[in-house]
Amino acid sequence: MTRLVVGPFNRVEGDLEVKLDIEDQQVQSAWVNCTLYRGFEQILKGKRPEDSLVYTPRICGICSVSQSVAASRALADLQGLEMPVNGQRVTNLVLANENMADHFSHFYLFFMPDFARALYKDRPWFERVERRFKAVTGTATSQIIPARVEFMHLMGTLAGKWPHTLTLQPGGVSKAVQSQERLRVLAVLRGFRAFLERVTFGDTLEAIAELDSLDALKRWAATHQGDSDLKLFLEISEDLALDQLGQAGNLFMSYGNYPLEGEDFLKRGVWNGQLQALDLSKISEDISHSWMSQSETRLSPGVGETQPDMSNKQGYSWCKAPRLDQQMVEVGAFSRQLIDGHPLALSLYQDSRSNVRNRVLMRLLELARVTIVMEQWARDITPGEAFFLDNGRLEDGIGIGTIEAARGSLGHWLSVKDGKIDNYQIVAPTTWNFSPRDATEQPGALELALQGTPVRDGEKDPVAVQHVVRSFDPCMVCTVH
Amino acid sequence: MINLLWLQSGGCGGCTMSLLNAESPDLFKTFEGAGINLLWHPSISEATGSEAREIIDAIDCGIIRLDILCVEGSVIRGPNGTGAFHMLSGTGRSMMEWLERLSLRARYVVAVGSCAAYGGITSGGSNPTDACGLQFDGEQKGGLLGNTFRTDKQLPVINVSGCPPHPNWVTETLMSLAFAEMTPEQLDSLGRPRMFSDHLVHHGCPRNEFYEYKASSQKPSDFGCMMENMGCIGTQAHGDCNTRLWNGEGSCTRGGFACINCTAPEFEEPGHSFVQTPKLAGIPVGLPTDMPKAWFVALSSLSKAATPVRLRENAVSDHIKVPPKIHPVKKKR
Repeated sequence: MTRLVVGPFNRVEGDLEVKLDIEDQQVQSAWVNCTLYRGFEQILKGKRPEDSLVYTPRICGICSVSQSVAASRALADLQGLEMPVNGQRVTNLVLANENMADHFSHFYLFFMPDFARALYKDRPWFERVERRFKAVTGTATSQIIPARVEFMHLMGTLAGKWPHTLTLQPGGVSKAVQSQERLRVLAVLRGFRAFLERVTFGDTLEAIAELDSLDALKRWAATHQGDSDLKLFLEISEDLALDQLGQAGNLFMSYGNYPLEGEDFLKRGVWNGQLQALDLSKISEDISHSWMSQSETRLSPGVGETQPDMSNKQGYSWCKAPRLDQQMVEVGAFSRQLIDGHPLALSLYQDSRSNVRNRVLMRLLELARVTIVMEQWARDITPGEAFFLDNGRLEDGIGIGTIEAARGSLGHWLSVKDGKIDNYQIVAPTTWNFSPRDATEQPGALELALQGTPVRDGEKDPVAVQHVVRSFDPCMVCTVH
Repeated sequence: MINLLWLQSGGCGGCTMSLLNAESPDLFKTFEGAGINLLWHPSISEATGSEAREIIDAIDCGIIRLDILCVEGSVIRGPNGTGAFHMLSGTGRSMMEWLERLSLRARYVVAVGSCAAYGGITSGGSNPTDACGLQFDGEQKGGLLGNTFRTDKQLPVINVSGCPPHPNWVTETLMSLAFAEMTPEQLDSLGRPRMFSDHLVHHGCPRNEFYEYKASSQKPSDFGCMMENMGCIGTQAHGDCNTRLWNGEGSCTRGGFACINCTAPEFEEPGHSFVQTPKLAGIPVGLPTDMPKAWFVALSSLSKAATPVRLRENAVSDHIKVPPKIHPVKKKR
């Protein structure tokens, strides 16, 4: 048995270290350590509730808007506020802009460059992939960075700036969109669509969104004319059997996303082989293997505690271990599309459950599906009608804000007493996916997914481990916060 | 070539995300044009794990020359001065220790963002991790490296503050260093490059006409000036945010929300709500700094009395209710 410590892990957001026990050229066990603690839940104590809109986005520079939306929903939940439909459209557009930009950056800048590593030079696709995806110098980078910048002009118009906007409020949005701005947003969205269709997919967004099975996807790849980055990924995936790599557990969750007039564009629920309703009261956080102390090993986030404590002998991470009904859960685009019932997601699940290939494919599917609906939201913005109604008068009580960030389910649990924040607990997507073990020694999703991952002779930073880790698109700054 | 190493300390990564918004030209073309060679960056380089450790070790031993060290995020000193709340993964050493060691190797040290400069958001509230900046602890000089720290180019830490900083504040500072143009006189007393900090957020704010007449916004989404009620301190905040613009056409005040003075030390603890202007006897406290208060109050009541209907109506509307009057170009005879 050999022990490897892999870190610093780059092309993930924030600080990550993974310890691996390796035998027979396979990972036997993995321990995931989030090595940075900042203490946002302690910082927020005693603050004015509305100040959470300034602090929580700054948990994360890549999921900033997601944190903003979760915080404003917790405030709205506490007061029973509704926002006007224009406010919902703009909130959805801003959130989708961040989420889609993240999927886009993840694929091109974080995930694909690992296939351009020299150790793949004997593969038939290597020369093409190296030319296209080599970190920093590949042809993709020089196209992707400007395309991303242009797409994020949506933020300038709708949210003032990104990251860290204060536009998104419980009672609506502070940006009242004018006629010319609505058209500017549509122009930006059309530009992004054109890029995705010409470069990423080589086909219309609608054609990608309508792929309804793994067979249909394979047929499309075999018969569709022209090159695209999706096709190149499918070729690599087939050759390296990425569908056999990084399988996690059997339980998936989504809080649902992009609500408009009472209905979520992506459904909320739990999947354990079939769709179930989600019961938030079944969520708890376990600190048995965290550098934390609290009054009980397992607490619901509504009454959660945050007290860092390095004296826990079993502790190996600053991350707590969230569980649903004491079960480990995987969150992210794969879970979201599965729970939404997209036929391609269901087909991939039937074929091979969750794995590196399926996680990446579901992000790309989501890019197509959400970009289409963004155009609809933008068209429906009605200048002259209200964007903001009322932030209400804050009273004491409890509010929960749940949303889907790019990387999965994000929840804020807020409790207000005497007009001040009495408790604020944040459970982020990668808190779920990269959690440490819990009191029953049940590993987190990544720890499970890494078991059985092949390691080549002499590898210090096993490349397959890199693929599995990045397939989750982890955000470590959110994870511990 | 100018060698640059970028490290992420106790922050959110948002400074890097903002930097990737650089345009005309994009970030990598800007680096190429300035002759900047990125030794390693945690978000974008290929090198990971042991490969990254080898690069950092080689800099530490002086084998690779380090021209510019960019640090994003606060220095985490806790618990009890150990820095153990933030270990640099895979190295068994705290980031605090790495920052101290590598700063000695660098010809220039740049604190990117208000966390690295002064402590920032991470040092808010009870400051549970004992966070500070590289050469400041809030408004106090000192921080991790101490007040007297100078690189061998005789410069203190250069504070490109902001939460996040505008991408061009970072790229233009790096260009200035790459071209060896930066001198101590070009930094203000808080270590910020004066080319950005000698401007106010108020300059170029599209709500200036409302400000002139104190036609004030009452709630988010209103068009009026946000100084009187909404907590905006753009008249005192240093930065060229409204003349340079963000993500294409944006800025905080253009997005309809208050400037919270994020380029300043201790902006994270204003002592009052971020989005409500504190008032004494109905008059906002903390008025523009370079004007006698009595004059300001007198001028304000005068201009309030003279507010045109167009501004008074539009200030509390989310669309243009009263358009500007069309005047004929030539006077009728």
